[in-house]
Amino acid sequence: MRSAPQVPSLALAIAAAACLAARGASALDAASLEKLASGDGSAKLAAVQEAVTSADVASLPVLRALLEGRLAIAAGRAVVEENGAWLDPLTQKPASVAAAEVEKVSINNRLRRTLERAIAALGLFAPRAADRLHAARTLQEGADEDLLPVLDRVLAQEKDGQVREAVQSLQGALLLGSRDRDKRLAAVDVLRRAPSTRSKRLLLERLGGAAGGPGAEPDPAVRDAIHRAVNDIDGSLRLAEVVGWVFSGLSLGSVLLLAALGLAITFGLMGVINMAHGELLMIGAYATYVVQSFFRAHLPGAFDWYLLAAAPAAFLAAGVVGLLLEVTVVRALYGRPLETLLATWGASLLLIQAVRSTFGAQNVEVANPSWMSGGVTVMTGLVLPYNRIAIVAFAGLVVFVVWLLIERTRLGLLVRAVMQNRGMAAGLGVATPWVDLLTFALGAGIAGLGGCALSQIGNVGPELGQGFIVDSFMVVVLGGVGQLAGTVLAAVGLGQVNKLLEPFAGAVLAKIAVLAFIILFIQRRPQGLFAPRGRAAEEA
Amino acid sequence: MTGVLATARPLQSRRAIALVLAAYAALVVVVPALNLAVPAGSAFHVSDYTVALLGKFLCYAIVALAVDLIWGYTGILSLGHGLFFALGGYAMGMYLMRSIGREGVYQSDLPDFMVFLDWKELPWYWFGSQHFLQACLFVVLAPGLLALVFGWFAFRSRIRGVYFSIITQALTFAFMLLFFRNNTGFGGNNGFTDFKRILGFAIASPRTKVALYVLSATALLGALALCRSLVLSKFGRVLTAIRDEESRLRFCGYDPVGYKLFVWTLSAVMCGIAGALYVPQVGIINPSEMSPANSVEIAIWVAVGGRGSLIGPVLGAALVNGAKSWLTVSFPELWLFLLGLLFILVTRYLPRGIVGLLSPGQKP
Repeated sequence: MRSAPQVPSLALAIAAAACLAARGASALDAASLEKLASGDGSAKLAAVQEAVTSADVASLPVLRALLEGRLAIAAGRAVVEENGAWLDPLTQKPASVAAAEVEKVSINNRLRRTLERAIAALGLFAPRAADRLHAARTLQEGADEDLLPVLDRVLAQEKDGQVREAVQSLQGALLLGSRDRDKRLAAVDVLRRAPSTRSKRLLLERLGGAAGGPGAEPDPAVRDAIHRAVNDIDGSLRLAEVVGWVFSGLSLGSVLLLAALGLAITFGLMGVINMAHGELLMIGAYATYVVQSFFRAHLPGAFDWYLLAAAPAAFLAAGVVGLLLEVTVVRALYGRPLETLLATWGASLLLIQAVRSTFGAQNVEVANPSWMSGGVTVMTGLVLPYNRIAIVAFAGLVVFVVWLLIERTRLGLLVRAVMQNRGMAAGLGVATPWVDLLTFALGAGIAGLGGCALSQIGNVGPELGQGFIVDSFMVVVLGGVGQLAGTVLAAVGLGQVNKLLEPFAGAVLAKIAVLAFIILFIQRRPQGLFAPRGRAAEEA
Repeated sequence: MTGVLATARPLQSRRAIALVLAAYAALVVVVPALNLAVPAGSAFHVSDYTVALLGKFLCYAIVALAVDLIWGYTGILSLGHGLFFALGGYAMGMYLMRSIGREGVYQSDLPDFMVFLDWKELPWYWFGSQHFLQACLFVVLAPGLLALVFGWFAFRSRIRGVYFSIITQALTFAFMLLFFRNNTGFGGNNGFTDFKRILGFAIASPRTKVALYVLSATALLGALALCRSLVLSKFGRVLTAIRDEESRLRFCGYDPVGYKLFVWTLSAVMCGIAGALYVPQVGIINPSEMSPANSVEIAIWVAVGGRGSLIGPVLGAALVNGAKSWLTVSFPELWLFLLGLLFILVTRYLPRGIVGLLSPGQKP
């Protein structure tokens, strides 16, 4: 960062402030307080300016009090009104003053504007990133060159990507108006490295159109630099957009995959039309809610890690419901798919009403652990939210575990044997009813895991499952029944296609288009993307 | 799937026919008389609400009959018949919206929701919607054409069983999303409502309601007669063969596509007509009629009554919906439990429905 302050005294002030801030001390002393409270107009202005240039965060409450008319003088000393009581601004202790002596400190419009800007500038040092970001955005309107040294200081210590970006853009905007040609070139460079639509707009404004209007950049070298910078910004904006699309497609695909993976086992492998699949998702989500509430009430210290307990709980809860479903409903109807469809639909209604009676018809609130809020800035203009990244990673993990289970364990071997040739497997001594039961419960449990993940990104209510049932079946059918890889590919592909269409058609039309596409696709290829070969295909 | 319903030959005895005709007479003569002629205070008075409710059930019964034709006799379980019902309803609703005239909230020539969207003129597909005859044509054409095209693709590529059910569900889901959009031009979320008159008659007047009710009962009787003659004909035997052993039928030299397509389209058109009768009686049509859950519910009416028996689904529709109207008011908590249990118990223990219980002579 270039920092060549025009005024040496400012540099000193900054250095001093940096030292003070490093010690965590307050720079608000009696002298400046005195100036703020009882000095004349220009003395007040100077005091405010100094508070900004010295990055004196401690003076923020006093500045605010002054702006809001809560700063007063009583018996020669400054006091601040807080909730109806008078406090000493230096010690924050109650000050005993007689109401008759209190005289409010008045401010004029000029001071008011300066104060507002000063408060915003000091906000750049706020402890919370969101507050700093807000301050930077506020300053984008009506900041002046006085602020530049402060910005340098902010940039020297700022870690948060979004705040840095906003501050850089602010810095560029200020420098761009400078009389110094080198400064302007530097500003163009700063804006080029903080590519956003705002940076682009600032540069184009400086250019003042092709012919160059009033206030347009006169220097050809700078103009040239601006042209190149605008091109660069366009390029990175486009890249960020494409990467953003791909990621949101991937994240939607992961959601679809988590919703459909359990179904890929119960419907795909076993051929059971489980219309209560969506409700198994819902059970998983409610199990997460219960675990979350338990942590909130009894283990608030470990709240950030409640998902580690919630995922197994969701798996178990949905798995047990699946077990019951298999024993009471599905078992009697093997080989009668249409009847299974209706009976499991009935089961789904029972589950919905049971949850509604237990937890109420309203949505329940499932809070994200704190590490899931916020996001990582991959490149300027592109922030990937942590909760989406977590969903994608979780989906990958679940797929891996399922693959491991089906392909690499004895249970998986038995499952595949029974699904490929039930009679032969039974003849070789496999207890097929048990395998059916376990497979169905496994599929249900995985649906529960999906529900646990869905609870982190959407509403959790009794109707949660209904919204996913059509999507889940579409994914499994499109991927090809009985094909795990097909399910993964179909989910991610549908997510991408959906997100790709959205900018042109809007979310709803994109979804309709995707549904129409699947309906047509199934007409052409009833076996799905990955068709099983041979006789198995005929039996579907 | 085979065997359970193989021998059902409905409504053949004179007694059964006489019973149906007597029921029809009671519905179209006694109920209107008790509604219009008997004063409101009397114990024998049938309230307007009851007439509207019965009219609704009659429309549902037509839908159940249509589903019985395609599911009970042809073995194709559709989870999208609510869509055809709603399309018929929307076709009629367009006419009813136009006949509101300038009496809407905004006193505009356009339907209120279009004024609300700041539209200046009717979209092209509303052209001519003020004509009743065109509305009647669309009531048949909209569901009919959609079913024809969809069925042609599906049956030609031999999509059967559960796959067909699932894609019909996706179809109605897609249409529901489409109709929920405001820009689709069918009133979005709220659909059509606040109708004022039909063919010049005030829609709220008891006489209009009774007329619509009688019309619905007559339509049901007509549908019953049509379905009966269809399933008792040679054509009906082929349908049953498709249900029980489609491959063998094909080896015998029949091409099932034409049969399936005809009965599928006919069934959709019946639903459309039922929807068109339903909307003026209920006074509202909105996209929730297309929700997948509604279509699955139709299947349970048919299953409860006894599929493949024609009269069973009619009874099933009346029974299930009667229970629904009563329970959702008196015990709203219980309704879904009951419906869910109905689904499970009927499919497991009563494959032939109520009709199967009533005629124990036939082997299950």
